[in-house]
Amino acid sequence: MLRHVSTFLHGRNAFYVSLLLLPPLLWLGTIYLGSLFALLMQSFYAIDDFTAKIVPELTLRTYRQLVTQPANVDIVLRTITMAVAVTVASAVIAFPVANYMARYAGPKMKAFFYVGVMLPMWTSYLVKVYAWRLILAKQGIVSWGFASLGLGSTLDAVLATPVIGGPSLASSYIGMFIVFVYMWLPFMILPLAAALERVPESLLQASADLGARPSQTFRNVVLPLALPGLAAGSIFTFSLTLGDYIIPSVVGAPGYFVGMMVYQQQGTAGNMPLAAAFSVVPIVLIAGYLAFARRLGAFDAL
Amino acid sequence: MTAAIELRDTTRTFGTVVALDHVSLEITSGEFFALLGPSGSGKTTCLRLIAGFDRPDSGRILLDGEDVTDTPPYERNLNTVFQDYALFPHMTVAENVAYGLRVRRVGSADRRRRAAEMLDLVRLGEYGDRRPAQLSGGQRQRVALARALINRPKVLLLDEPLGALDLKLREEMQAELKGLQQRLGITFVFVTHDQGEALSMADRIAVFSQGRIEQLDTPRALYTRPRTAFVASFVGGANVIEGATAERLTGRRSPFAIRPELIDVLPDDSSAADGSITCSGVLEDVLYHGSSSRCHVRVDESTVLAAARAESAGAAPLPANGARVRVAWRPASMVPLEVG
Repeated sequence: MLRHVSTFLHGRNAFYVSLLLLPPLLWLGTIYLGSLFALLMQSFYAIDDFTAKIVPELTLRTYRQLVTQPANVDIVLRTITMAVAVTVASAVIAFPVANYMARYAGPKMKAFFYVGVMLPMWTSYLVKVYAWRLILAKQGIVSWGFASLGLGSTLDAVLATPVIGGPSLASSYIGMFIVFVYMWLPFMILPLAAALERVPESLLQASADLGARPSQTFRNVVLPLALPGLAAGSIFTFSLTLGDYIIPSVVGAPGYFVGMMVYQQQGTAGNMPLAAAFSVVPIVLIAGYLAFARRLGAFDAL
Repeated sequence: MTAAIELRDTTRTFGTVVALDHVSLEITSGEFFALLGPSGSGKTTCLRLIAGFDRPDSGRILLDGEDVTDTPPYERNLNTVFQDYALFPHMTVAENVAYGLRVRRVGSADRRRRAAEMLDLVRLGEYGDRRPAQLSGGQRQRVALARALINRPKVLLLDEPLGALDLKLREEMQAELKGLQQRLGITFVFVTHDQGEALSMADRIAVFSQGRIEQLDTPRALYTRPRTAFVASFVGGANVIEGATAERLTGRRSPFAIRPELIDVLPDDSSAADGSITCSGVLEDVLYHGSSSRCHVRVDESTVLAAARAESAGAAPLPANGARVRVAWRPASMVPLEVG
């Protein structure tokens, strides 16, 4: 019986492929794209201010509310700033680690690093966030460490910085930034290490052979060839930061972030159109970022 | 005159493997020099030490009389053509060729002009705007050559540059490389495992085996006067006859080599020319190569002789496989070997 099926399928490639693809495509098409489309549709509706009911008529009123109300604009700008800062910091921290993993580590060291990078991802996200709140708390281990080293005043000076400072690390944007970078760093290291691993040693030797000093080789050869990995990693860190609503609500200053707004507007406030409009923000930003990365040539080597 | 390249007693080990074992070597300026040997013989390690990608455990490396053992590759006045060509995939062909000038901060107009000249030299003038991925293997090879030559190095190192090409292209490139070297007059150091390639291109050849230089000589001397059994069999595939067989045939126990083309295969009942050394054996098989046929004749338990018969000889047809035959050669054809 099975043999008859195999014989029948053999040579009917198009049929075979469509048979394989149909279930996942149905899933992707209806559940995933369908709900995304429904969400987008919602953002073009608006809520009736008196009845608090959604009026199913196409309008740009919700978007106007999003881009004209200073509070909403602040939220978007605050989220973008945080996402950019987290992405840049992750890239800077990840590069040496990924480079070591890809180029210098022996097989054992490499396995150790891969496990080490991924290990935190095996733990519950919430546990990690709350753990960080304790670590960064006023009487937490970080302030204790600073105080024991006699650097308590340094920490206080840093926390006295306007806007990003606060009463303690756990209730400042600095603390939130630290937690974000900690959370998303593996998503930057792994694609970057994969990209660097694909750069053959002989290209670096050729560059040196032609007279390039190590810094020139890095700028002219390593960095451009690592760009796809950097782009992939930064899309992760950027979009994860844009959409997250738990970290900003557990750690950091009271200012709102896009993810929190989406959560709140569709939940307690019941303003589905505004929630939808807010969730369009990361989509637009990521699309813009991808276009930018493409212009930089990040995907040329794919 | 100081040597263009000199290795003084250099040793390089990887763990317990001795890749290069107290090797000393002098390469004259303007010479086409080949490092020949099977894989793992130390020839590539030797090239990497000269290029500066690796450092010896002991010994010194001199370029033009100057000690460069501790000089990084980007400060050595030599360039390399890599086995995999190592072209930068994110740059155009012209950018690849101009790279050596770019990192030396040559102005962009000058850079473009000289890259175009180099591309013309390797007959790829039209291909400057392409990406390396859009070129054939032979074209990439020539781009790698142009890129390595643009800095006008005194020495060009080539690491099995023809290994990835098919036979016809390889023969064309051999002639082209040889011509280029004569025109430019710079020193070429060429790593290869292909003895035919080394014989046809090099002025001198160093034959490597197990981290040592077995013999360093001109191609003709290597072919006609191999000193060791390894060189005799690796270069030109000579028969190496040792021990009891040597004693039975020549009366002396010392080993000797003999080229297949200098051995005659005769029917068992015929008589050889006067003074020849002869012995009888069983014809095991015959491989037809077109220009010649190669016969394998077992003369005793441990020895099978290879004999080549030129197609042009047009002699009587060979007996069938398994027949008894007589092999014969002149005493002068034998090359005595050092006992290794």
